[in-house]
Amino acid sequence: MNDVKLIFERSCEGKGLGLLPALDVPEAALPDGFGRKTAPRLPELSETEISRHYKTLVKRTYGVNDGFYPLGSCTMKYNPRINEEMAALPQFTQIHPLQPERTAQGCLEVLWRAEQLLCEITGMDNMTFQPAAGAHGEFTGILLVKAYHKSRGDEKRTKIIVPDSAHGTNPATAAMAGFTVVSIPSGEDGCVDLEKLRAAAGEDTAGLMLTNPNTLGLFEKDILEITKIVHDAGGLVYYDGANLNAVMGVARPGDMGFDVVHLNLHKTFSTPHGGGGPGSGPVGCKAFLTPFLPSPRVIKNEDGSFRFERDLPQSAGAVKEFYGNFLVDVRALAYILTLGKEGIPEAAKNAVLAANYLMKKLSEHYDMASGRCMHEFVITLERLKKEKGVSAMDVAKALLDHGIHPPTMYFPLIVHEALMVEPTETEPKETLDEVAGVFASIWEEAQKNPAALHEMPLHTPVRRLDEVGAARNPKIRYEFE
Amino acid sequence: MGSYIPSTPAQREEMLRAVGVSSADELFAEVPASVRCKGLNLPDGKSELEVSREMRKIAAKNTVFPSVFRGAGAYNHYIPSIVKSIAAKEEFLTSYTPYQAEISQGLLQSIFEYQTMICELTGMDASNASVYDGASAAAEAAAMCRDRKRTRALVSAAAHPDVIRTMRTYAFAAGTEVELIPVKDGRTDLSALSSMLGPDVASVYLAQPNFYGCLEEAEGFAGAAHAAGAKLILGVNPIAAAILKTPADAGADIAVGEGQPLGMPLSFGGPYLGFMACKAAMMRKLPGRIVGETTDVDGRRAFVLTLQAREQHIRREKASSNICSNQANCALTASAYLAAMGPQGLQEAARQCHAKAHYLAGKLGGIEGFGLRFPSPFFHEFVTFCPVDPEKLTAALEAKGILGGLPLEGDQAGCILWCCTEMNSREEIDALVDAVQEVCGK
Repeated sequence: MNDVKLIFERSCEGKGLGLLPALDVPEAALPDGFGRKTAPRLPELSETEISRHYKTLVKRTYGVNDGFYPLGSCTMKYNPRINEEMAALPQFTQIHPLQPERTAQGCLEVLWRAEQLLCEITGMDNMTFQPAAGAHGEFTGILLVKAYHKSRGDEKRTKIIVPDSAHGTNPATAAMAGFTVVSIPSGEDGCVDLEKLRAAAGEDTAGLMLTNPNTLGLFEKDILEITKIVHDAGGLVYYDGANLNAVMGVARPGDMGFDVVHLNLHKTFSTPHGGGGPGSGPVGCKAFLTPFLPSPRVIKNEDGSFRFERDLPQSAGAVKEFYGNFLVDVRALAYILTLGKEGIPEAAKNAVLAANYLMKKLSEHYDMASGRCMHEFVITLERLKKEKGVSAMDVAKALLDHGIHPPTMYFPLIVHEALMVEPTETEPKETLDEVAGVFASIWEEAQKNPAALHEMPLHTPVRRLDEVGAARNPKIRYEFE
Repeated sequence: MGSYIPSTPAQREEMLRAVGVSSADELFAEVPASVRCKGLNLPDGKSELEVSREMRKIAAKNTVFPSVFRGAGAYNHYIPSIVKSIAAKEEFLTSYTPYQAEISQGLLQSIFEYQTMICELTGMDASNASVYDGASAAAEAAAMCRDRKRTRALVSAAAHPDVIRTMRTYAFAAGTEVELIPVKDGRTDLSALSSMLGPDVASVYLAQPNFYGCLEEAEGFAGAAHAAGAKLILGVNPIAAAILKTPADAGADIAVGEGQPLGMPLSFGGPYLGFMACKAAMMRKLPGRIVGETTDVDGRRAFVLTLQAREQHIRREKASSNICSNQANCALTASAYLAAMGPQGLQEAARQCHAKAHYLAGKLGGIEGFGLRFPSPFFHEFVTFCPVDPEKLTAALEAKGILGGLPLEGDQAGCILWCCTEMNSREEIDALVDAVQEVCGK
């Protein structure tokens, strides 16, 4: 296959679309000294050619509808079409964020209802939709913790405890919020080691960030003791909602003792990932943290109408323009209305069932990091690597040749040669059976002909890449001739 | 009840048996009984038709204005049909961050093209794959400039209020503070800046055009900032950037901005797009995803996420930012928009915005009490005085299907910030002026 041309390489001077009418008012001249020397070198193409260019790119992109996509911790569930249709309604897309509140009551209602529903699901009292993604939500949530301690004059609390199994965003967030990160090693069973936590918690503890189920796919069985230890030390407990899909409707973070949570609407609540965003990372909190939420907040008036409350003197501040990725929230609301009180726990239970079923099937050949799981499980290829020289990377790349998106690789960091598999509830049993067959065939290949796996993939648009070269001599924009 | 679970009850039974349990509840044995949820207080699930009806009912409570003269950070531009169709393609829409490059070349290439277009627009050397919005881009840019010795961020008081608020929040997080550079005649006061600069200043942020629509003399700020060893961050409107001096030519070290005008609908404030570009020297300080060109084992050109040593999944607490998901589908929208507009189309849109705003300003100026608030040159927004209560004017225009300019607050209370884009026809502008005349004219 030949290289696909860049859009700039297809450009031909003089081509273009007829998009705008002629100017119907007098021209205005820019004052001297403000003008641009030369036009930006944007591509010049006909509509046909633009259309075909992006069609070419689409054919070289893999989405949830192309096949199994078990990217652990990313919850790549099916993205329902009705949600897209609702988010495309002109009465949502054509609303200016600063138009009078009386003319945007529908938008305020979306935010208010989504807040009510998601607070019920998480066991929180209030929620903001301003954060644009999970990590942005983490940042906002940790700022609530910071603002809370500051409001009490308790400024000695400078440390955030993070288990070593945590997503990289957790320690990065704590550092961005000006905290020192205290990493605690996980116990033998992959869960929080209570003794280590007790030793780490103290009067300098601002809080603990925890994902539950954790990144090994295990529910922290001592969760009540964990949250108590931190609270007794005067710290707050933060729930990273990346794995909420395992327990929504079954157990609520608020009931486990968490004070603040963020959700990933683009994981748990079925909104599409968009190739890396836009997501939405709402942050919920217990009532005592509500005064610190970003402004504005949506309030329901006694007459049933809605308004923005902007006067929040204790707010930790805004993290973004306006109110967040609103159209993503519209999609999530449509999803929650669809599932309702029965459908929410049903989704969680089937996500956990799918993961357990697939783990059982794969256990015939592969070693697991632990003996049980919730919505995701971690394979360790340490033995295969030692015996046959076949790594997690090799297995992942072999899956590509079977039209399967590989699991998350080399995470969590505490497992050697890890592949983290999250099938989600929207995969049929038929797919799980087929996938198990593919994994088995790769295993057999690894036994018989391990060298072949280093060569894979063979049938993808491009094969393994020179990543080191890319980083050493960065070429991150097209250089015009 | 709607459900997206494809396995039948019989298949689920089979799966349970294979796992060795009799019910799904047994899979939750580790969850302590005391935290088990007894049932959520939520409405019953609904069929697709019911959901569609209910969502449309909510949507119908919003008013879509046929005629929009309000900007203030969210702009009503024409979105070519092809842009929407490209961004909605389901492979682009439903894929994750392209970690697996071999099957993500299309998405990766689109980001590489986006980075190139942002570099072209700003004159810069390096762009990332996007951040959340213009405000978080400004805040992240300030973080790029900060080090142990230089902690102060000076920000123009004529920046968008949400940009200032967001920069303050990020500064609060880092234990530093944002100081505002005062405004004079609608523009940032360069002489005031000079007295604020010092060896502990990391960055100066200036918006071009600024919140009031005025054009800033950016070079002067670049010169002053650099003389003090600080960096200049220029926040630019991407449509205006098509005809204005590039941030690079103006001397900026980092260019950021709100990319919403590049093909994203108003959408009540989001999702929008934060773009960030910088000089080569600062490339490794950029936050977020960056796509680079490389080759595969067969020597074919290929694209891959690169310079990942900056990022949270590698560096954890030492990362340049915690950002993970960004606004990829919005970046794709922006590149499709820029491709559809082309260099001439984009410049034409910018010229029309500029010309129409000046036409409106001239017409409004003919009504007593609607003179320009500031004498400075402007792009497609401008502030006027208003002889009546601006809220009263807004309500009167609303009745005619017109979203009027934004009534300002604070020290500009009583004034209105107007905006024109290529969407406002002469007929529409004349109708607005007639309506204003009707409310305020003698």
